[in-house]
Amino acid sequence: MGLDAKVPPGPLEDKWTKYRSTMNLVAPNNKRRIDVIVVGTGLAGASAAATLGELGYNVKAFCFHDSPRRAHSIAAQGGINAAKNYQNDGDSVYRLFYDTIKGGDYRSREANVHRLAEVSVDIIDQCVAQGVPFAREYGGLLANRSFGGVQVSRTFYASGQTGQQLLIGAYSALSKQIATGSVKMFNRHEMLDLVVVDGKARGIIARNLLTGKLERHAAHAVVLATGGYGNVFYLSTNAMGSNVTAAWQAHRRGAYFANPCYTQIHPTCIPVSGHYQSKLTLMSESLRNDGRVWVPKKKEDVMAIREGRMTGGDVPEEDRDYYLERRYPAFGNLVPRDVASRAAKTACDAGHGVNKAGLAVYLDFAERIKELGEDTIRARYGNLFAMYEKITGENPYKTPMKIYPAVHYTMGGLWVDYNLESNLPGLFVAGEANFSDHGANRLGASALMQGLADGYFVLPYTIGQFLSTQIRVDKIKDDTKEFEEAEQNCRKRLQAFLDVKGDKSVESYHRELGLIMWDNCGMARNEQGLTEGRAKIRALRDDFYKNVFVPGTQEEFNPELEKAARVADLLELGELMMVDALDRAESCGGHFREESVSEEGEAQRKDKEFTYVSAWEYFNQNGDPTLHKEELTFDNVELKTRSYK
Amino acid sequence: MKLTLKVWRQKNVNTKGSLETYNNVDVDPDMSFLEMIDVVNEQLIAEKKEPIAFEHDCREGICGACSMVINGRPHGPQQGTTTCQLHMRHFKDGETVVIEPFRSASFPIIKDLVVDRSAFDRIIQSGGYVSVKTGQAQDANSIPIEKGLADTAFEAASCIGCGACVAACPNASAMLFTSAKVSHLALLPQGEVEAESRVMKMVDKMDEEGFGMCSNTGACEVECPKEISIENIARMNRAYLKASLGSEK
Ligand SMILES: Cc1cc2nc3c(=O)[nH]c(=O)nc-3n(C[C@H](O)[C@H](O)[C@H](O)COP(=O)(O)OP(=O)(O)OC[C@H]3O[C@@H](n4cnc5c(N)ncnc54)[C@H](O)[C@@H]3O)c2cc1C
Ligand code: SF4
Ligand code: FES
Repeated sequence: MGLDAKVPPGPLEDKWTKYRSTMNLVAPNNKRRIDVIVVGTGLAGASAAATLGELGYNVKAFCFHDSPRRAHSIAAQGGINAAKNYQNDGDSVYRLFYDTIKGGDYRSREANVHRLAEVSVDIIDQCVAQGVPFAREYGGLLANRSFGGVQVSRTFYASGQTGQQLLIGAYSALSKQIATGSVKMFNRHEMLDLVVVDGKARGIIARNLLTGKLERHAAHAVVLATGGYGNVFYLSTNAMGSNVTAAWQAHRRGAYFANPCYTQIHPTCIPVSGHYQSKLTLMSESLRNDGRVWVPKKKEDVMAIREGRMTGGDVPEEDRDYYLERRYPAFGNLVPRDVASRAAKTACDAGHGVNKAGLAVYLDFAERIKELGEDTIRARYGNLFAMYEKITGENPYKTPMKIYPAVHYTMGGLWVDYNLESNLPGLFVAGEANFSDHGANRLGASALMQGLADGYFVLPYTIGQFLSTQIRVDKIKDDTKEFEEAEQNCRKRLQAFLDVKGDKSVESYHRELGLIMWDNCGMARNEQGLTEGRAKIRALRDDFYKNVFVPGTQEEFNPELEKAARVADLLELGELMMVDALDRAESCGGHFREESVSEEGEAQRKDKEFTYVSAWEYFNQNGDPTLHKEELTFDNVELKTRSYK
Repeated sequence: MKLTLKVWRQKNVNTKGSLETYNNVDVDPDMSFLEMIDVVNEQLIAEKKEPIAFEHDCREGICGACSMVINGRPHGPQQGTTTCQLHMRHFKDGETVVIEPFRSASFPIIKDLVVDRSAFDRIIQSGGYVSVKTGQAQDANSIPIEKGLADTAFEAASCIGCGACVAACPNASAMLFTSAKVSHLALLPQGEVEAESRVMKMVDKMDEEGFGMCSNTGACEVECPKEISIENIARMNRAYLKASLGSEK
């Protein structure tokens, strides 16, 4: 069955403007009678909840954190894109649109991406008005930097803490609405189920994490802005709490999960240091503006470095392989993430890795420090260099950084149409939790842009298309059989974890799942590995329900129980990712199938067979998910082999 | 290396807590402090005991969730460093490390090392924003802002809302946190318009939440992991004075 994305007709440049001015509206007196639930208050959710509140809806917002300000968005470092063309370097809405389509390897929806580029400019205006202290030039105007995969400077930033500053902006807008009463905020509440009534999303079951009480919350519509699922790999740059539960439970209730296998592996992260490793730390892509990536050409230098007899600085210039500059002269160190990550893997697989495990390459600032001085580099990246030194104990002003790719972002997510509505009416999805806009690979500084575009400028209006049909619907009741069933379902699930009383920790299962995902569904994938990976995950999941140990009870603050429920969902998601990666027998963006490479060893798309979005329906009785396809059509750009040479 | 840990364990706000000792904890110098706690917790779970509850999320020093008093110092011994960014290479083999929660009457204990810092949210809700609705903004470059000013505002805005300043203060004052927010917005032209009412509302809310008075001990600045400057407090005091004189007229 094909899926209808409900893209409005008309020329690409006019679609959004025209659609926005012809969309159904909800009158102010009706808005007050309409309840909307927003789950997640990171950039996407906080901006959506605040704006919906401003518009006059009754909003209930939820997050599992103790405060909206702690959402994972806070950790974003490098910046946010916008087609402002303040640098007058030839940028435009069209160029941002084109770069994003190309960067995503022609696997995203044209109309959505164009809208994203259009509203990007409004985001910067909004944030500055809120008091977001973006970096400025000496003349007092806003500064920009470049990110990978593009040749203009369109990234706005606040030192290496852009996500923090943007989230504080959205959080303050949200706080204002909480104070006025238009938004009711539920911190430390975790959504554990979606309630569907007569085919429409009408509420959630949330667990009060402090008391353990299961609560019913009903509304006319539900918005999920619950972030990405990179933590299925256990080790990732995501915050420890990031998880897939909200999206996965909606999936179980009928929402399709799109392109789950599209994972972004970020090229510049601090390598793994030991078995106790709990997460990986990103070193922002912006560093590639000034840092040069290389490995030693000679194996004897590599060995000497690994054994501590030599340091990177000792390797003579002519014995260094600046492999990105060599292989991709047009973009050099600023190739997109998927390309840079695979190149690092290739260098390390060929035995040139520079740490003990052989899984690290250099990111070297020596030349730029010589040229610009240490102070300039400190002004640009001071907090990142300090973070690197804290974690590794090495001073990157003196020795080159060691970096390696790590899981960072998930392009996949719940399927949504042009209105950001899933196939379940009344269920809307925003931010990293949906699949939209980035295709098979996201460009740097585009996630913040998308989250805020969805939350401030798209969803609050497109949701009106649905809500305008609901103005005669009374307050949704939470004492119906659907709510009862959902609540009982949650209680049973949680009790099942507690009742196993096995002897393995939740953490140990999560680590094992991560290893399977990394080995079988990581930077390079093939049919055999994926088939085996799927079987391994099934076995691990069976073992989990037989041998996990979760202490305590349901009716109390119980972080281990929270983790168990999240890991249980990741154990299902992992399998779906393997299935999706198997189905997509082409290489595109972050999804690299070893069976589909060009003669030069680059990713090879198969446009005739795979120019579609894979939207999966939850596992059927045989344990197989059902595939629905949204065919992608490109009327404005020509599908080309992505080249950064 | 091996450490002895003494960790505050408390079931909930209504029960009494105490320090519990964990001997011979095996530690790798490259571990982060929280990874060390992870290892202890894995051990406790293996023994079918309750793991130590503590808050954490980003583990990158930016979300402000982690909150431990380590050997009497909020976030431990390293200057400008959150608990999650503290690494074990800064400890010595055989050392005893005492770990307690951030304590303050306004931060009630939830369990073990987890406290309730929602009072900070309520201070922000009282006025820590610029009243601009979505879509009302003018072009971002229409008001140039002097770089030095923008940088100072940014420094104040880099507060992570962790509460170490409160935990460090003998009076449990929240002045550093509140003043960082007040300064961030007051320094920028966008926030200037509401500056007077904002400072009044936020300071009043801070008092109402039961945080103590500031007696200029400077302990907050020393322990703040983001090195927020105490100058923000002076700036806020001036603004508050000015605003309260204004409101009496
Ligand atoms: C280290 C790092 C650096 C990055 N740097 C950049 C950058 O420079 N530029 C860029 O564009 N992007 C960057 N990204 C990506 C970007 O930060 C994220 O994609 C984006 O912030 C996601 O925002 P979000 O609002 O969708 O979700 P999140 O910020 O993850 O928020 C999720 C919210 O949902 C809540 N939640 C989740 N599940 C539940 C549940 N079941 N019940 C209740 N609440 C729930 C959480 O409490 C939270 O409030 C970076 C990512 C990382 C990891
Ligand atoms: S001022 Fe410093 S110590 Fe206080 S909450 Fe902010 S970052 Fe934490
Ligand atoms: S865990 Fe986020 S600041 Fe420490």
